[in-house]
Amino acid sequence: MTTTPSEGVSLGMPHLPAPDYPDDVRARLEADAREVVARYPDSRSALLPLLHLVQSEEGHVTRTGMRFCAEVLGLTTAEVTAVATFYSMYRRKPSGDYQVGVCTNTLCAVMGGDAIFEALQDHLGVGNGETTEDGKVTLEHIECNAACDFAPVVMVNWEFFDNQTVDSAKRLVDDLVAGAQVEPTRGAPLCTFKDTARILAGFPDERAGAVEASGSAGHASLIGLRLAKGEAAPARVVHPRGGGAPQDQPHPEHLSSHDAPQDTSASDPAHPAGPVAEEGE
Amino acid sequence: MTLSTQYGSTSQPEAGGESSPEKLLAPVLSAFWDEEKSWTLDVYRRHDGYEGLRKALAMSPDDLIAYVKESGLRGRGGAGFPTGMKWQFIPQGDGKPHYLVVNADESEPGTCKDIPLLFANPHSLIEGMVIACYAIRSSHAFIYLRGEVVPVLRRLHEAVREAYEAGYLGENILGSGLDLQLTVHAGAGAYICGEETALLDSLEGRRGQPRLRPPFPAVAGLYACPTVVNNVESIASVPAILHKGKEWFRSMGSEKSPGFTLYSLSGHVANPGQYEAPLGITLRQLLDMSGGMRPGHRLKFWTPGGSSTPMFTDEHLDVPLDYEGVGAAGSMLGTKALQCFDETTCVVRAVTRWTEFYAHESCGKCTPCREGTYWLVQLLRDIEAGKGLMSDLDKLNDIADNINGKSFCALGDGAASPIFSSLKYFREEYEQHITGRGCPFDPAKSTAWADRTEVNA
Repeated sequence: MTTTPSEGVSLGMPHLPAPDYPDDVRARLEADAREVVARYPDSRSALLPLLHLVQSEEGHVTRTGMRFCAEVLGLTTAEVTAVATFYSMYRRKPSGDYQVGVCTNTLCAVMGGDAIFEALQDHLGVGNGETTEDGKVTLEHIECNAACDFAPVVMVNWEFFDNQTVDSAKRLVDDLVAGAQVEPTRGAPLCTFKDTARILAGFPDERAGAVEASGSAGHASLIGLRLAKGEAAPARVVHPRGGGAPQDQPHPEHLSSHDAPQDTSASDPAHPAGPVAEEGE
Repeated sequence: MTLSTQYGSTSQPEAGGESSPEKLLAPVLSAFWDEEKSWTLDVYRRHDGYEGLRKALAMSPDDLIAYVKESGLRGRGGAGFPTGMKWQFIPQGDGKPHYLVVNADESEPGTCKDIPLLFANPHSLIEGMVIACYAIRSSHAFIYLRGEVVPVLRRLHEAVREAYEAGYLGENILGSGLDLQLTVHAGAGAYICGEETALLDSLEGRRGQPRLRPPFPAVAGLYACPTVVNNVESIASVPAILHKGKEWFRSMGSEKSPGFTLYSLSGHVANPGQYEAPLGITLRQLLDMSGGMRPGHRLKFWTPGGSSTPMFTDEHLDVPLDYEGVGAAGSMLGTKALQCFDETTCVVRAVTRWTEFYAHESCGKCTPCREGTYWLVQLLRDIEAGKGLMSDLDKLNDIADNINGKSFCALGDGAASPIFSSLKYFREEYEQHITGRGCPFDPAKSTAWADRTEVNA
């Protein structure tokens, strides 16, 4: 419990204090930490972002990382550990560059998430929470990720891969293992898990085009709007990354780019939200 | 429309029932999501963005609170508490800092409205926050966004940057004298943080565990100071109310549930997605306009507002989806997450999985929830695997009864909901699992692609 296997038999002795970061790393992280702490009226509020920050340094939350957070915030390492172990996004062991999370909460599970998760375990030869030998992919099942209208959903480094099938999910992890640039259905071209953790610490993604990548909204988000505008009854959507037929199109197209011209706009008096607007003026 | 027979066994709604989507839907927050770069300040301004703020700043804060109260806006995060009243509870002149915290920890199974809203239209939230902070006299606001949605976090970072640059955030906003700092805070994966007091503990850098109430957050919230905690959609609805008027808002929905809202249709339906409509639309109307259930299948059970709201069946297709209508039918409007399952779905499997979720997410603070959800999972797994006993069904009900209303927070009540409601409507299906020594359903038939090969072959 208190020792790793390489340290031999546990004698029930407590850990020695964790080693500190090298001076240059510590100086860099301290500068970042000051920026994070300045966002809050009370420094302890910075603990969750700081844990994301130390995760961006080493790919998981280490004892060194927790010691750093404790020292910056004037907490005990026990207080920091209590928090770090409560939240599921903090990884406690070395893991892959790409975290592949298959939603297996009820709706996604029923729609195919269970089948996808099982297939990926076979395909990659790893179980839940395990990492491929090359250190590329960590596979896990996740809870509802607020994308049920795109079920079944797979998240990679917390970017959305919507409307997945067993085949599309296998192609996805093959691409990740092969080192190909992979683009999500909603979100920016994938960066590594460490880079993602830095965004979570509150440092904006500075890559060109990252914010606008994948367009304004996913197709399901627009279905009601299209109907309200009197556009043709929505066709049954067969998603490019899904589909029984293996059309190998990694870049899902948004329906908005090839739909029929819109005959009303929100500013048009014929638009349902339009005419009443003047009443309250 | 005549599609109804496809998914329901109940009688048709009264003749003359309006079913044209143009008349039934009312896109407000979603009105321009189909435009290029809809999330930018430019596009938001082209759609009257930050006009509501100008009107708000011309009022006194107390008049503004009264105005939002009179609009009848109710919380869109599940409980339906009147938003203006929450603001009014903040004590004024108490000499303490006041805080606004937006709950963007959308994690209730089935719920998927705030995430697309923030992805496509983050400025509606920011404008609403500035208005709310002016009303409650707050100079520091927070967005607590669940961590697992990095694409949304990116756009929030960018939208906040744009808002500062344009003078909608920062010092002396639009010359009003209002100073406001806005912090975007990413969570780290814990459903319980959607509970408002757990969220506050989490935002203070602690384990996300609920607090005993009273004191309520309005009196002792973040850093023990008066705090308003509102859902994303509630706050994002405020600018339109100010800009277009409370009468306009009240012209939609019903007397007690006025206004528009986002309904999220998911599961075995022909066209899952977001449908923004006046409160009180029915599932039958939504299905009629959107193509019904997937071809060849019938609606079996559905949730009106996420897994924590008691499930409905095809008997409830004509229940008005507003706070009173759903409540009168024995459930809760919740988050309007309409998860629809067809006849291929095993209800025992569905409930087992939801219960595993609650057991996993129980924070461990109180015994009924921590222990109760654990034992529910043991019993349900046995039943699903054909190893259950008939007496287990009463035991399930009994344990759920010992969680419901006896837990520290609403997570426990939510865990009991699917148990009670599924036993009420589908007890026979549980019995089949026990007498038949296993699950009679083929999970392959309920997948999204189950019927696709037949079509393609």
